[in-house]
Amino acid sequence: MSESLSKEQAKKLVDKYAEDAIRPMKNHKGFLPWMGFLGLVMVVFGYAYYIQLTEGLGVTAMRDYVSWGLYISNFVFFVAVSLVGMVVSAVLGLAGQKWVKPITRVSEIIALGFVMVAGLVIITDMGRPDRFLNLFMYGRLQSPIVWDVTVITTYVAISTLLFILPLIPDLAFIKKKMKDMPVWQYQLYNILSLGWIGTPEQYKILHKSIRMLSIIIIPVAMAIHTVTSWLFASTLRIGWDTTIFGPYFVAGAFVAGTAAVIIVMYILRSNYKLQDYFTDYHFDMMGKLLVLVSLLYAYFNINEFLVPAYKMKTGEAVHLHTLFQGVYAGLFWVVQIIGMGLPIFFMIFKHWRKPNNLTFIAVIVLIGAFLKRYIIVVPTLLHPHLPIQNVPEEFHHYFPTWIEMAVTAGAFAMSLTIITILLKIFPVIPMWELAEEKGITEEFEKYD
Amino acid sequence: MSDNNSNPNSRRDFLKIGSLIGIGAVAAGAAGYAGFAAQDGKEGHAGEAETALSDSEKKIKVLTEDGQLAEIKASELSPVQKDEYTSALQEQGREGIPGKHWVMVIDLARCRNVRACMASCQNAHHLREEQHHINVLRMQDAEHTEPYFMPKPCFHCDNPPCTKVCPVDATFKRQDGIVLIDNERCIGCRFCIAACPYSARVFNWFEPKNEEEDQDLLYNVELNVPQKKGTISKCLFSADRLREGKLPYCVSACPNGVYYFGDLNEDAVTNGTSGETTRFSELIRKNAGYTLLPELGTKPNVYYLPPKNRMFPFEFNGKTTLEDEHHG
Ligand code: SF4
Ligand code: SF4
Repeated sequence: MSESLSKEQAKKLVDKYAEDAIRPMKNHKGFLPWMGFLGLVMVVFGYAYYIQLTEGLGVTAMRDYVSWGLYISNFVFFVAVSLVGMVVSAVLGLAGQKWVKPITRVSEIIALGFVMVAGLVIITDMGRPDRFLNLFMYGRLQSPIVWDVTVITTYVAISTLLFILPLIPDLAFIKKKMKDMPVWQYQLYNILSLGWIGTPEQYKILHKSIRMLSIIIIPVAMAIHTVTSWLFASTLRIGWDTTIFGPYFVAGAFVAGTAAVIIVMYILRSNYKLQDYFTDYHFDMMGKLLVLVSLLYAYFNINEFLVPAYKMKTGEAVHLHTLFQGVYAGLFWVVQIIGMGLPIFFMIFKHWRKPNNLTFIAVIVLIGAFLKRYIIVVPTLLHPHLPIQNVPEEFHHYFPTWIEMAVTAGAFAMSLTIITILLKIFPVIPMWELAEEKGITEEFEKYD
Repeated sequence: MSDNNSNPNSRRDFLKIGSLIGIGAVAAGAAGYAGFAAQDGKEGHAGEAETALSDSEKKIKVLTEDGQLAEIKASELSPVQKDEYTSALQEQGREGIPGKHWVMVIDLARCRNVRACMASCQNAHHLREEQHHINVLRMQDAEHTEPYFMPKPCFHCDNPPCTKVCPVDATFKRQDGIVLIDNERCIGCRFCIAACPYSARVFNWFEPKNEEEDQDLLYNVELNVPQKKGTISKCLFSADRLREGKLPYCVSACPNGVYYFGDLNEDAVTNGTSGETTRFSELIRKNAGYTLLPELGTKPNVYYLPPKNRMFPFEFNGKTTLEDEHHG
């Protein structure tokens, strides 16, 4: 391939990469208002959480029966979205799908942004956050919560490595190229690029390490969501007490994560003129991927709902009745049909996999995925084995209070802040990988 | 340790527990745990003799850590530091009462929804009105079967799903079968609520009921008092009363003889109303006793006798919801 590009062409190409990679990192009009907005949401979050801390979890709508609500479904959602880094960078990468190259870094950033906040989200649900350290002082191996803490921490560590390692050559490059950056930024790049000079041996080691991490992260990522599903499946509750929760959740996570990547790709593309990296072809392929994982998810849904609905065991019957035609029917059918069924149908057509259309679908799918978590968590708790009696009326239902919503919004704002900052500090275009693909690594390294 | 100071030290260990609270009550409960017939609700009076002590040479009865009754000179009695004392209570609470395996039998044929059990329980544990350690439910098994009332405490399962999931060992099962909660350790994750299939657990969503009055009380893990905001509470089989050799609060409060309580190892249960002690196995065999939702594999230690040959006609006002507005 390298023969097909002359020295001059190669230089031009590297020039272009550099320019496109650095552009999103520069300050621009929308940045400050956006950060201001996120900051504002976080201030509201802080206020709401302060109230919760002082008055107790009673300021939420949760009570003794629905004792887990929006916070836990947030947690599941955050973990779900963070799984995507794994699908795109590891699975597809290992499978030799070259087209995912420009998307890998975006998805790693999303994964980091969400998984880091997932840990905080679970703290917002705790009745005694002041005793958080008890988890480490008295942690018991029998508890799925302890497994969850363990695997999520591991996932954060490996994801961070998998994010930083492939950055090395690019950071070394930018260090040379970007003249006007502040000292701290230069220092940061200097440290993170680990004395990279781009020798073939270094490339070899880099490739090997990335490959190894990509392999390791697959089981860890599966584990974070499988274990999260066990928070439910390990109980004896109607609607949670099922054996397919692990794969069911993982499949759902693929859907949510893929949709999230599509949305961020679209924002980057239209804000920073990155059409050459996030091309129509990429959207088309991501659309196909979304169809594939959604079909898988639909398959699990059919198993999860149809089989119990066929048998109608006493407790299950009550539960399914609520979902199919009771209080939660509206939400349930919206999520299943608008959030999953219709998107699959539309995305089969190429027209709907065009960037604008696909992003529209991805937004709907992502909202659906969020509501789906809510539907998994709440209705089950309303149908315990024994009747709910001798408690106030409010114990019989659940609808989140403004405090819960503010805390939720705050969690999203935090994730988005992390993502925004990462996108500002680090180049989102993996320049060296693109250069490598074009066979112009040498020019990339010699560039000055 | 040299011989010289071994004496105060060992005494301190010896007294570590029980000495302070136990003194009066222990004497009353000194009959031990073999049967509960002795008390019949007149507990606590023997303690008065002890409190009247003035002569320093008088002996005093104390309960040692391992549940032995012992005597010691009143002049040698020295109080233990508050912190030390709380943690000693904690330790004792985790250990349980050796050699026991507590069981409860609830005779549904006698229950007429008086709810004296609920009231005495809420009173003892300083619970809000919507917090039930024991809850009398109106049950109906199928469309054409007769409804009945079913008091439902925690079942102190032998395979408790709730303790398994607790990430910090704040809820635990002791050797005498009781499942307790350490409100000083609970992080309020409420995983145990999700895990308990019998909805036996409640949470302190707000400041507990007696937040201010209870401020200076020592936390007793066997009573869950003072209740702590942001933590779990549930039926404790009145572990504090058992330690004093008394029957649980609910059991002694029932006017209709619904409850039997005792030790499975001794195969003896005592009726809280009549004070009669019967063989547990016989009671269960003769009355076709059963446990609730046995298919879940939780192995409850609370047994039910079916609601047959009812003592009272089923009367019900039709209300299963607390009417009072919830107070924040
Ligand atoms: S009844 Fe519930 S709270 Fe009590 S031991 Fe069994 S599972 Fe635990
Ligand atoms: S709420 Fe408390 S007792 Fe229950 S599982 Fe969590 S830490 Fe354990």
